[in-house]
Amino acid sequence: MTLSSSALRRNLPQCGALIAVLLANWLLFPDFFSIRVQDGRLFGSLIDVMNRGAPVALLAIGMTMVIATRGVDLSVGAVMAISGAIAATMTQAGWSLPPVLLVSLGAGLLCGLWNGVLVAVLRIQPIIATLILMVAGRGIAQLITEGQIVTFVSPGLAAIGSGAVLTVPTPVVLTAATLAVTALLVRATALGLMIESVGVNRLSSAYAGVNTPVILIAVYVWCGLCAAVAGLIVTADIRGADANNAGLWLELDAILAVVVGGTSLLGGRFGLLMSIVGAAIIQAMNTGILLSGFKPEFNLIVKAAVLMVVLLAQSPALSLLLPRPRSPANALPIAAKVTSNAPGKAHKEGSAQ
Amino acid sequence: MSMTWLKSAFAATAVVALCAGVSPAQAAGGKLVVGFSQIGSESGWRAAETKTAKAEAEKRGIELKISDAQQKQENQIKAVRSFVAQGVDAIFIAPVVATGWDAVLKEAKEAKIPVVLLDRQIDTKDNSLYMTAVTSDTVHEGRVAGEWLAKKTGGKCPVVELQGTVGSSPAINRKKGFDEVVAKNPGMKIIRTQSGDFTRAKGKEVMESFIKAENGGKGICAVYAHNDDMAVGAIQAIKEAGLKPGTDILVVSIDAVPDIFKAMAEGEANATVELTPNMAGPAYDALIEMKKSGKVPPKWIQTESALFTPDTAKAEYERRKDAY
Repeated sequence: MTLSSSALRRNLPQCGALIAVLLANWLLFPDFFSIRVQDGRLFGSLIDVMNRGAPVALLAIGMTMVIATRGVDLSVGAVMAISGAIAATMTQAGWSLPPVLLVSLGAGLLCGLWNGVLVAVLRIQPIIATLILMVAGRGIAQLITEGQIVTFVSPGLAAIGSGAVLTVPTPVVLTAATLAVTALLVRATALGLMIESVGVNRLSSAYAGVNTPVILIAVYVWCGLCAAVAGLIVTADIRGADANNAGLWLELDAILAVVVGGTSLLGGRFGLLMSIVGAAIIQAMNTGILLSGFKPEFNLIVKAAVLMVVLLAQSPALSLLLPRPRSPANALPIAAKVTSNAPGKAHKEGSAQ
Repeated sequence: MSMTWLKSAFAATAVVALCAGVSPAQAAGGKLVVGFSQIGSESGWRAAETKTAKAEAEKRGIELKISDAQQKQENQIKAVRSFVAQGVDAIFIAPVVATGWDAVLKEAKEAKIPVVLLDRQIDTKDNSLYMTAVTSDTVHEGRVAGEWLAKKTGGKCPVVELQGTVGSSPAINRKKGFDEVVAKNPGMKIIRTQSGDFTRAKGKEVMESFIKAENGGKGICAVYAHNDDMAVGAIQAIKEAGLKPGTDILVVSIDAVPDIFKAMAEGEANATVELTPNMAGPAYDALIEMKKSGKVPPKWIQTESALFTPDTAKAEYERRKDAY
């Protein structure tokens, strides 16, 4: 019980920020929360937030795992472009949906494997290792599409982007399913604990018997797979593969979502659901700006200002200045903060189930 | 020191070669030889420009030498020097950036080779460095789109606008031209304007929000997109909102790429203004005219910003799909 209440307090800034952004949207646009069914599909601004936020949320799921191992994956945007390019090109060439999906997702898996091997086996710094594919990947995607926007006619593939399952848009369903599978994999087994321990200290994890290369490769592969799903969604959504723009800069949005969600870039403890909340904050802001009628010149400034407030609210240094209810847990706030990424804490979290 | 010496020696050789009158292709039957320094092939439009330049040269019996600069000015400068050394009859440049051309253009001028700028202008104090520039007028493109809409709707139309990338010159100019028409028609009004970054995905996302913000799209008479790709995205957003693009909400955009003709043929888009990839054609004509009668062309040849509507869409699509 004490654990869940401390988790609640830790996640308060993010959840508060999401609610605040949604309320701000509602003030700017009174119909923000109104939802109706249009052509068998939910229709409304709130649905837009979830639907448009799905690609970044998917990337954030994979990115959370990677960041928990003290890594980062800069290539996810490029992987999106590759999987989308493959899907569109194959569909245009007359392939049916199952092989198209298989090859596109397989490509994401391969990209993840490449990153994982560079990081785990060749021990290249993750930021550099994944930078290679970030740069090369978009080129590969452009080669596949021959520099054009490859359009296709395929109701099956298009449904992944703009279809619906029981009136819920498919991208939202896919994201929820990926979240559920990921959470099951890492929380119902010791995998999550191992990921956290690799992030906290790779060497001691290895000494403790964790097969660190396998864990590392696995998280990058999973991240690549998530990116491939996101790439399919954006390609299906516009019924065309735009290799120049698909997923462009989304790796940064994904990292931001993870960090806003409260997972430290220094590795260790991670929160999957909170990363999704982070992605939702970003998208709620984007949609709010579009609805508000501000001039486009203000988009980035508004975004930066909101993010600054959210991140400041999470700042350990600032939270020391604010009055907090006294309890044994934070009688020594400085000590508590310093150890918040220590292995002991990760163990406590992991052994909670 | 030695670099400048080398440079002038190089230019001198070129001039000598030219004065000797041994331009190789000219010797072979008076055929005009044109060197074309192209930026690269970063977009479908750019590739179409190169393809059209080749086709138009063939039509006129001109020998065209193309050099792909891969987005680098230094490659373009090298290409121009090499064209000067080869003694071509004219040099076409699609300049990747606006500045830094004076030195190399002076070399071409000293060699008496006319230079034509394609698709983009350059910044120079000395206008005599080039013969003419063939470009489109992006402000005019916006104006043509606006005028079509004003005529179609009788000057009464609340418009939503999908801008290009914030701060880019086509976005600024295409907005400016359209705004001029709006100012002249009191019944026309831009009710929402946002950037769609010239991409389909953003165009769709922004249009979705516009529709929601304007009472499910009931308050919108037309969408004006700064390029066709954003319009294609917007069309999908309109459809998914249960409205009919082209009927419930009119769609007008700029560029005339093949996919918008497909949409027009299906009745989902209403008009597009062409940014023609045929920049080389008018340049060849000006060159031939000058060689024949010595008539110096004007400093700026403006390409036509033709308007296309659904009635020719099918034929235009067939004609264009291979050029892009």
